[in-house]
Amino acid sequence: MTELPDVGTLLQRMGEDLIALLDREQRTDPAVVGIHTGGAWIAEQLRDRFLPDSPLGSLDIAFYRDDFSQIGLQPGVRPSELPFSVEGRHLVLVDDVLMTGRTIRAALNELFDYGRPASVTLVTLVDLESRELPIRADILGVSLALPRGQRIKLTGPEPLRLTLNPIAES
Amino acid sequence: MSLKSSKLQLNEQGQLRHFLGIDGLSRELLTEILDTADSFLEVGERSIKKVPLLRGKTVCNVFFENSTRTRSTFELAAKRLSADVLNLDVQTSSTSKGETLYDTLRNLEAMAADMFVVRHGDSGAAHFIAGNVCPDVAIINAGDGNHAHPTQAMLDMLTIRRHQKPFEQLSVAIVGDILHSRVARSNMEALRILGCPDIRVIAPRTLLPEGIEQYGVRVFNDLRTGLRDVDVVIMLRLQKERMQRGLLPSEGEFYRQYGLTSDSLALARPDALVMHPGPINRGVEIESAVADGAQSVILKQVTYGIAVRMAVMSMAMAGQTTQRQSRQGAE
Repeated sequence: MTELPDVGTLLQRMGEDLIALLDREQRTDPAVVGIHTGGAWIAEQLRDRFLPDSPLGSLDIAFYRDDFSQIGLQPGVRPSELPFSVEGRHLVLVDDVLMTGRTIRAALNELFDYGRPASVTLVTLVDLESRELPIRADILGVSLALPRGQRIKLTGPEPLRLTLNPIAES
Repeated sequence: MSLKSSKLQLNEQGQLRHFLGIDGLSRELLTEILDTADSFLEVGERSIKKVPLLRGKTVCNVFFENSTRTRSTFELAAKRLSADVLNLDVQTSSTSKGETLYDTLRNLEAMAADMFVVRHGDSGAAHFIAGNVCPDVAIINAGDGNHAHPTQAMLDMLTIRRHQKPFEQLSVAIVGDILHSRVARSNMEALRILGCPDIRVIAPRTLLPEGIEQYGVRVFNDLRTGLRDVDVVIMLRLQKERMQRGLLPSEGEFYRQYGLTSDSLALARPDALVMHPGPINRGVEIESAVADGAQSVILKQVTYGIAVRMAVMSMAMAGQTTQRQSRQGAE
């Protein structure tokens, strides 16, 4: 059984690393965008604790997924909300679990339909090291190799916790 | 007439694969359509009003009957989903050369069309196509005869949901030519399924279909009585082109008795919505001041219509896809 790290501890270090990176790259006045659902929870915490003056947005990437022709439309899609102009803005894009990189690809495509951002900094809590696309996080909480037949899930929003669950046989 | 839509329009997983009519659909499914439409409404406010969902799919608008607004909102909806769109004005093309409906559609199918949006003057045309002609193509009913206009009903429901109390607390009046109105039929069904407890129809006896009570509505022949304390007024267009002589004394007489004016609207609740599927006949069923007034959401309906059509088109396309997948999996 893998010991799962504490989310609060991870967030503290990620926030500090993020501030340092934005400073170093001179990415001033950023907006924080979380991907539904887990990414949006983490984005909100990072914003509240480390970037209190930054606007917060959320993305539902259902309309941008690349598996529509295999599995169709996911039920329960919510409107994306970006209450600021993306054009020329530095963006911090936040997701909970980075696996294949396909979600991030979809999110980037969606973001560019709102405008042309100055930069996108990718923050993820967990990297499962099974990427299928050349996408890596700029700021990462933890890299994990999962036991076979298990999946990781972020529960929240309060408190945020990582849990391991067996993959349901379909 | 009974055209059961339910079996035909759902796949084995209970997802939409055609959208033919409201009857037989569950409250959950109607709510899912409205929720999905809410998300598409947000897409319509972006600088780039397009998502890649139906990229590479071909949508044919097959209109056997004219309708500029419905056709253009379907066209815009398909384009915002990144589909390729083919508009066929069938009135002026092959059918006038003697080609049958069947042959026209089979030809389109051979062009690898994935979806037909069908408007036809005969009740049941969309059902017939979905059931007998092209079962693997997703069929969206854009209005068939006096029978159904389900996307209009869903855009009306979205308008009501966004601007009024929950359906369970509403009084809704539908006013005018109920007899010839597929909009009225689909709206009555949708309101009932969504739990609206007080659905009223207001019309002269000559413009009411027989057996109207089966929809669970209250019938009023007097406008002023029927409008009292309603939260929503849905006006219908006086369908002159469908009207046989003798049903009405005159347009002027109809307006005097059933036209929605500032005076008659005052009988409804002060925040009552005024809706109309368009095109409106000013001074025939609705006063200009009311159509353009603060309570009117008639132009909002047009905007919401695009989002609802995007929702229905993407859901039906998805339902066809999963149906095909599961069939291939079974082989």
